[in-house]
Amino acid sequence: MTIYQLSIFIENRTGTLVKVLRILKQEGIQIVASTVADTADYGIYRLICSEPKRACEKLREGGISVALSDVFALELDNEPGRASDAIEAFEKAGISISYLYSFLLKGKGVLIFRTDDIEKAREVILENKLRCIVEPDLSKLV
Amino acid sequence: MNDQSPYLHPEYETLSREELGRLQLERLQQTLRQCMNSPFYKKRFDEMGLKPEDIRSLEDVRKLPFTTKQDLRDTYPFGMACIPLRQCVRLHSSSGTTGTPTVILHSQKDLDEWANQVARCLWMVGLRPDDVFQNSSGYGMFTGGLGFQYGAERLGMLTVPAAAGNSLRQIKFIRDFGTTAIHAVPSYVTRLHSVMVEQGVDPRKDTKLRVLAIGAEPHSEEQRRRIEQMMGVKAYNSFGMSEMCGPGVGFECQEQNGLHFWEDYYIVEIVNPETLEPVPDGEIGELVLTTLCREAMPLIRYRTRDLTRVLGRSCPCGRNHIRLDRMRGRSDDMIVLRGVNIFPIQIEKILMQFPELGNNYLITLTSEEENDFMIVEVEVANPTDDFRALQNLEKEVRRRIKDEILLTPIVKLVPKGTLPVSEGKAVRVVDKRTVYK
Repeated sequence: MTIYQLSIFIENRTGTLVKVLRILKQEGIQIVASTVADTADYGIYRLICSEPKRACEKLREGGISVALSDVFALELDNEPGRASDAIEAFEKAGISISYLYSFLLKGKGVLIFRTDDIEKAREVILENKLRCIVEPDLSKLV
Repeated sequence: MNDQSPYLHPEYETLSREELGRLQLERLQQTLRQCMNSPFYKKRFDEMGLKPEDIRSLEDVRKLPFTTKQDLRDTYPFGMACIPLRQCVRLHSSSGTTGTPTVILHSQKDLDEWANQVARCLWMVGLRPDDVFQNSSGYGMFTGGLGFQYGAERLGMLTVPAAAGNSLRQIKFIRDFGTTAIHAVPSYVTRLHSVMVEQGVDPRKDTKLRVLAIGAEPHSEEQRRRIEQMMGVKAYNSFGMSEMCGPGVGFECQEQNGLHFWEDYYIVEIVNPETLEPVPDGEIGELVLTTLCREAMPLIRYRTRDLTRVLGRSCPCGRNHIRLDRMRGRSDDMIVLRGVNIFPIQIEKILMQFPELGNNYLITLTSEEENDFMIVEVEVANPTDDFRALQNLEKEVRRRIKDEILLTPIVKLVPKGTLPVSEGKAVRVVDKRTVYK
């Protein structure tokens, strides 16, 4: 029910981001979505891409500190209020969300989020009949 | 002592080299006899087949064994005592930075002599009983507190045990009490000055300050000149170490050309830290000191690990006590930051307790607006998606280092593989402080 996301530990320093992107470019890996929050000294660059396992390997070979993490990807109708409904369901179940970000994919909204309570989140998704993307390679859906 | 005299102890301060040598030999022999009362030295001398009588000239000091900080740790706490504990009245202990702490014991006579040494230093730079002396140095175990307190009182000054910190209160004291002299670590003097500026206090016009004693922290000639300029005072370099009592071991005279080490109290040697052979005057080597007047815990040929060189054995001030250059660093890897002695191994030990951290780290010492601080960069062992965990880790590492070294470092987590690894031994400490410019 979860998909792979790359979590890259990067220093807030000129050249660190481009080093990551250059490797992905060389390997012909497509980025579907990515996010990085601003921090003082370091941050976590999170991205959804094609061939996440191979991407992870190649980045590691290039000396990048990267983890492959499991995140949920909810597919939501592209209309007002859908995100609110989904998140409300998790909140009612007492599930805390570490971070979330969203993007559009083929006219549908995709909500990526991470929680430490994966089992409980699964139950909520099933109970509320939320649509979950299970295809590990989102680039195939583009 | 009449205020006009440039010397507090003219009978010792103005001795000729020959007279000093005779006094040193006599006191060395007395010290060696005293050492035979300590289980540590007795064993060491017996092992070498050495008797106090074998030392017949000052050159014979080279026959004597060295004493190291490790010896102090091994005999912790009282293994080097040469008198019964009931005759000891004070102890000072190091913070135990690299493991076992060290202890220095003092009899009442030791404390009296210590106060005399500090008083002599302060008199030498022109302080007299009319002066008001504010000691803005840490008290407690740090010998710069009680050492200067007793010395300034011995000289007869009104002495203010202001201790370190709380700059606003320090400035109020300076103005209200008419403070004319301050002892502090150099970085604190610059801090005090910036608070004065903020408060609109001009140290030249609004205070009676005229003398500063600065030490316990490496500083350059340029830094001293800057301090003198901004405070409108004379600043004198002070050398002390807790193993030798504390402050009062060496001090600059008004010529400001090297520190006079009191040879009626110590035998001063400069040796090559590798071969342990003496180096010629002018050449940098490790300072080795033998106490000559201590009864509770004399130390023979103590390796200070401080690097310096001999500048001369005479001085226009009329004192023939040896003049040494300001300390040029350490023969071990000890860091002195804001008067606190730190070994990189202390930091390493803490970092290695965190499984989340890798083995590579880098300590950078740097200055910003005259304030010295420490940055500890350390690699994170495993990549993570949990930002909060990283932040907590950073906070926890900072807290644990602070508990150990009593200074708060800036901790920076970095990805694995980003810190420089040099061939063989990795560079662990980079010193970018202005003093080393």
